[in-house]
Parts: sequence; structure tokens; C-alpha cells
Amino acid sequence: MNTKRIMHMLLREAGVGIALVLICLLFVFIAPKFATMLNFTNILVQISINMVLAIGLTYVILLGGIDLSVGSVLALCTIVAGKVITMDALSVPMAIILAIAASIATGVLCGLFNGYVSNRWNLHPFIVTLGMLNIARGAAQQISNSRTIFSFPAVFNNFGSQTFAGVPVIFLISLVMIIIAGFMLRKTVFGRVIYAVGNNEESARLSGHNSGFYKVIVFVISGFCVGVAAILYMLRLNMASPILGVGFELNAIAAAVIGGTSMFGGKGSLLGTFFGACIIGVLNNGLLLIGMSDNARLMVTGFIIVAAVVADYYRARVSLSLQTEQ
Amino acid sequence: MQSDDSFLSIRGITKKFPGVTALKQVDMDIHKGEVHVLLGENGAGKSSLVKVLCGIYQPEEGELYFEGQPYQAHTPLDAMKAGIRVVYQEFTLLPNLSVAENIFFEHLPRNRSIVNFQKLYADSRELLAQVDLNIDPRTPVELLGVAQMQLIEILKAIAFKSKVIILDEPTATLTSKEIDKLFQIIHKLKAKGVTMIYISHRLKEIYQIGDRLTVLRNGQKIATHGVDSITIPEIVKLMVGRTMESEFPFDEQVQVGEVAFSVDGLRYKHGRHENSFQVRRGEILGIAGLVGSGRTETMRAIFGADQKETGQLELNGRKVSVKSPRDAIKNGICLLTEDRKSQGLILDMPCDANITITDLSQISNLGLLDRSEEKQHAERLISDLTVRTPSSGQLVRNLSGGNQQKIVIAKWLFRNTEILIFDEPTRGIDVGAKYEIYLLLWRLAAAGKSVIVVSSELPELLGVCHRLLVFSNGKISGELNRDEFDEEKVLSYAYQEYIHTNETYGEEIL
Repeated sequence: MNTKRIMHMLLREAGVGIALVLICLLFVFIAPKFATMLNFTNILVQISINMVLAIGLTYVILLGGIDLSVGSVLALCTIVAGKVITMDALSVPMAIILAIAASIATGVLCGLFNGYVSNRWNLHPFIVTLGMLNIARGAAQQISNSRTIFSFPAVFNNFGSQTFAGVPVIFLISLVMIIIAGFMLRKTVFGRVIYAVGNNEESARLSGHNSGFYKVIVFVISGFCVGVAAILYMLRLNMASPILGVGFELNAIAAAVIGGTSMFGGKGSLLGTFFGACIIGVLNNGLLLIGMSDNARLMVTGFIIVAAVVADYYRARVSLSLQTEQ
Repeated sequence: MQSDDSFLSIRGITKKFPGVTALKQVDMDIHKGEVHVLLGENGAGKSSLVKVLCGIYQPEEGELYFEGQPYQAHTPLDAMKAGIRVVYQEFTLLPNLSVAENIFFEHLPRNRSIVNFQKLYADSRELLAQVDLNIDPRTPVELLGVAQMQLIEILKAIAFKSKVIILDEPTATLTSKEIDKLFQIIHKLKAKGVTMIYISHRLKEIYQIGDRLTVLRNGQKIATHGVDSITIPEIVKLMVGRTMESEFPFDEQVQVGEVAFSVDGLRYKHGRHENSFQVRRGEILGIAGLVGSGRTETMRAIFGADQKETGQLELNGRKVSVKSPRDAIKNGICLLTEDRKSQGLILDMPCDANITITDLSQISNLGLLDRSEEKQHAERLISDLTVRTPSSGQLVRNLSGGNQQKIVIAKWLFRNTEILIFDEPTRGIDVGAKYEIYLLLWRLAAAGKSVIVVSSELPELLGVCHRLLVFSNGKISGELNRDEFDEEKVLSYAYQEYIHTNETYGEEIL
């Protein structure tokens, strides 16, 4: 019984973590350049953006929703922030602060739109955020005249390549974000109600909680994450462009789902999402190192996503049978 | 005629569910071409019997004979093919398809695999003409009224060459004019030799269309009569006729105090009547009435779970505004919904989280949850209510029905509201757990709370409550104090509005 209980815990909390370790071990053996400091730094930078976007998506998916607009909104945020940061009238520190604020505000507004519209008229977020995907992309092209914005302040550009104790700053920021978001979900009243509404909206409503508020606020959180991710992306690329972020929503959804977040809502954790984002990053990196072509990599990651969901099906069954045996 | 008697015979049918026997050794004979009325209180076994006939339930014992042959339906399709078909209260029509397509949906006329629309429309027109229904068969069903949809359901049964049509409360949603029309059609069908089994709560209708009637009670057949040889009071007596079990606690010691909560002129959404009533401190108020009589709707409107059209609530003489469950709970009113699985509990969350969800501020500081505090509270309530669960961390899904219901009660005890509304608190749970819940109601009353209990089980209400309100057709039709409690009185109040509202039909019978 005791071993079973441990197995149960491992399956529920650490299954994805174990998978991550196994994948890493595999690449250590088959890709010689994989286990180098430089490569790890590389991976951490690569997964940071996706991880921040996946935080927002985890919240949205926990309430049974979906946000397809994050990639486009990210592009819009970079353009808005890029316009602000390159304003000559502003002093450098002011420009940076306002750019960050503008990026987050843009993300939050788009999220508010997604959440409010889908909740007010009871529309599936799939459709509303699909609309936002086009709206934000169009707006980004329009505002920027389809041009890339360069020449950010040097302080800003340099900060993006800084490391702290060998760890890239960009990754540290996203790590802090995911820890705070995970804490909110696990340890606060807010997080508890998120799980309750995601599991059974009507029960939560009849227990005195304003389900509608939570269904809107998760999109605002998602928008906030996009705003932050946009700044991180600008730090990394030193530019802003209306064509950034195409398909990012899919990777972020994949990270959440691989991490065990149920598309039906109510189940999932940010620890899982963290591992999910790592798995996608490590796979992309490792497969590249062993010389796999872009097309083949796309196929492998696709299969991994499907496999993760299938594994989740069995995991749920095993944990259910263990629960009932107790 | 011997062959008539054995058209559809039910012999010794028994259907059991865990903890309940829905049907006990039921014998019945349906004659060819008759309209046979099936009567009984909620839960008497009418719908179980219908489900056995149409292949949804498989009986444990007994045989069915149809047209002299042994008959066994494993699926609804088997039953339809044999010629037995149910027309349900909830429609099964496909709203976007045309009337004709709906009528012939199971067997569209076709050439190879192309639908022959000409024949489809012609056949439909013919059927529609048979029931004097003047609509174009190409009309999408969603444009029809309720009564017309009901008729289309019946036409579907006729088109399928059904020999026995079971009508489950067909008049529940119809106006008296529409009911007239429906009855004309039933007479026409009868003339064509179609046999019908008719279920209705409106006893008066029986005399207009029925030939014979059978009364079920507690899953047993009580009697079969020709409709001409029995009066409504006699029928009611047959339907009730139980001996009162003394399985209910009633505590004479509990003193009923002043008025704690009053509902004034409340009309729920789409309701036709305004209802007013009051509950006192320490009082257990029972709400009786048939399913669909507005009991649950009224309670949900009070709680803010559904919107109300008009009405005011007063708590301890102070007006309160309730627009959502959140408002109600803040003011100290709670509702234990009748459907605990989908509305009362969060099945995939543990017991403690389910209990504390009604008042998270008690177990948190500045928005941070205190898990050990939560566990303490939950475990106290779990042992207090003797919930059988291995731990407070067990998922509610894994508990039995009675224990799940106790978790629902625990979550509202945790909130500690003054007014507690219980909607069907003992539905689907075993006798032992029921008794514990009755005792709990009394403990709450003794603590000075006001308790409202809605139930379909009349003996339970009569056994547990101080006072009883009876709902009938959306209106409070009667009020009885404990010394006036009488099953027949309650039943006649419960049917009262259904009888009086159909004044278009002949003279009063009751």
C-alpha cells in the first residue's frame, strides 16, 4: 500500500519531471554537444518565452477555456512597446519603464476583451480568441506599417544578454513569474476558487462564488503574461516586429497539456507546465543537435504532444484505481 | 375476447436498483385499442415500468408478452421495431430539420441512398391531414409551438407503425385549447385501433380519454379499474394508502420562535403566481407538491440561483436584496440543491476543499490558505456528521451517495447560515443515512435555525416537519399545521390547481 501511494504521488506530480530527465539523459548519450554549459544556457533562453505564455494558458485552460491569440498579441505588444521605447522625447529610463507598462497594458486589454466577450455572450473562447488572433496581428501590422523596429537603448539590449550566476536573466524572470503564479494557484483563496470553478462552475456559483469574474480574470492573467513575454522577447532579439510569435500559442498550449493540464478544466499545475515547457525546449534543442531537419522535428514534437495526452489518460486511470483502493 | 386480454401482458415484473426496488412483481394487462391510464405518486414506479416496456431497463424477474408472443426489448430500438414507442415529455425532435424529415427520420423513403423528398412530403402531408394539422411538412421544427411539436412526436410514432404508444405526461406543457386538440387526436388514434398507455398527474383528464386505469404505489400494482367505476377521491386514496412508518424523529421540545424569514409576493421566472410565506426560528417547514409544481423553482429564486420576476425577502424584519447565490449566502440563506452531483459538490476535489468552499475567509489570512486550519475544520464536521471517508483528503467522487450528501450538508454547516433550504435532502440515499439527516434537521432547528425542506416523499415531510406548504401548478394551494397533517388533504391540495385550471372541461369532479 505504501509503495502504491508513493507511486501514485510520483505519477501525479512528477511523471512529467521523470520524462524530462529521461529525455535529457537520452540526448546526453546521443548528442555530444548537448551536455555543455553553453547549450544549457541556450535552452534556458529558448524556453523562457514559451514558459511565460504557458503560465497564462494554464490559468485559462484550468477554467476550461483556450487562448489562441497569445502569439499575435505578443507581436502587437512588441510593436507598442517598440514605438514607446524609441520615442526621442523620453529619457532612456523613462522610455524603458513606459515601454514595459505599455506592453503589459496592451496584453491585459486584449485579455480583458477575450474574457469579457466570451463570458458576456457565452461564446466559446476558441472563437473569440481566434478573432483576437487576427485583430492583434492586423493591428500590429497597421501600427508598424509592417516594419520592424530596431535601435532600442543600449542598456535595454545589453540587459537581455546578462546572466546571473551563469543563468540567463530572461530565464530568471520567467522562473520568478512561474513560481509566483504557482504559489497563487496552490496557496491562495484565489487559486482554490479557480480550481473549483474549473471543476464545476455551477457548484462554485451556488457556493457563493462569482464564476463569471474568474472566467474573465484568467484571460487578463494570460494577457499580462503575454505583455511580459513580449518584453522578454524584445530583450532577447533586440527588435520588435509584427511578424513575431506566429504559432507561439500552440507551443504554449502544448507545454500546459504535456504538463498534465486537462483541456476540460479543473486539473493541472504550474509545476507540470514548467516541466512541459522544458520538455518542448529540450526536444527542439536536442533534435537539432543530432542533425534532424526542421520538418522531422516538427513531426516528433507533434507526436510527443499526442503521446503526453495519451499518457495522461492512463495516468488518470491508474490514480483513480489507486484512490478507490485506499 | 381472449385475444384482446393478452395484447400486452406484464407478468411479475421486478426491477431492483441498489437499495431500492423500483418495481415489485407487477402484473398488468393492456387491451388492444384501449387508452390505459397509469397513475401513482412520484417514485411509485410509473417511469420504471415505462422504461422496462421500451427497453431502457432490463427487469430482474418476470415476463412480458406482446400479441401473444414473449417480448423482450434490450434497447429502445428493439421496442420500436416491435411496435412499442414512448412519446416523452422532453422532445427528441431535431430542431433544424423539417417536419417531414423528423416524422420519418428513422426510415426516410429513398431510391438507393438518395432521399425521395417527393414521397417524403406526400406521406407527411397525408399523416398531418389525419390529425388535422395544417402545416407545411417542409417547415423546420424549431418554428413550431410546443403543442405542435408534441403532435409531431406522436406522428413519428404513427409513421413507425407503432401498435402501442406510451404518452408520458403529454399535457404538462400544453394550454387547455391545445389539450383539447390532443385529446381529439387520441380519440382518432383509438378509433384506428392504436393502443395507448397514458401517464398524467391531471386526474380529471382520465375521464375524458381513459378506458381503464392502473394505480402503482411503492413499485407495486395496487389496483386496475374501469374509469367509469371510480371517483377521484377513490383514486387519490389508492395512490396514497400507505401506513405511516414511525421512522421519523419529531422533537416536541423544540420551541418555535418568532418569524425569521419572510417571502413576499415571489414569482419565479415564467411563473404565473405570486407566493408568500414565512418561516420561524427553530421551525422545520415542509414544502410538498408534485414534481414541476414550482417547489424547486421557488426555492432557487429565493436563493438567487435563478432570476425572479417579482418578490421581496425579509430577514428578521429587514429587507434583503438577493440577486445571486453570493448575495443570498452573505445574508445567511443557503440552498442544498436537489442535484448534489452536478450542483452541490465538486466531485474531483477532496472533502475538505468541498466543505470549506462556502466560506474560504474562515481558513485564510490575507488571501492565503491555511491548510492545517482547513483540515481541522473539515475533520471536525466529518466526524460530527459521521461521514464515512478514509480521510478529509479523499475525493468526494469516491464516497457513497449518503456520505456525499453529508458533505453537502457539512459545507453549509461550515458557513453557518440562519436559513437553510434543503431540496430533496434524502433523494437516492439509504434508510440509515436518511434517519441521520432527519436528526440533523432537528439539531439545526433546536439551535434556532429556520429549516425549509422540499421533498417528494410525503411520509418524510409529514414525519419531520412542523408545518407544511403544498405547491400546485406554481401556486401555494394549501397550508397545514402538524395537528392537521393528513396525506389525503396534502394530495388533494397538490392536485387542486391542476383540476381547477382546466375549467373548460365539464363540471367539477372533486
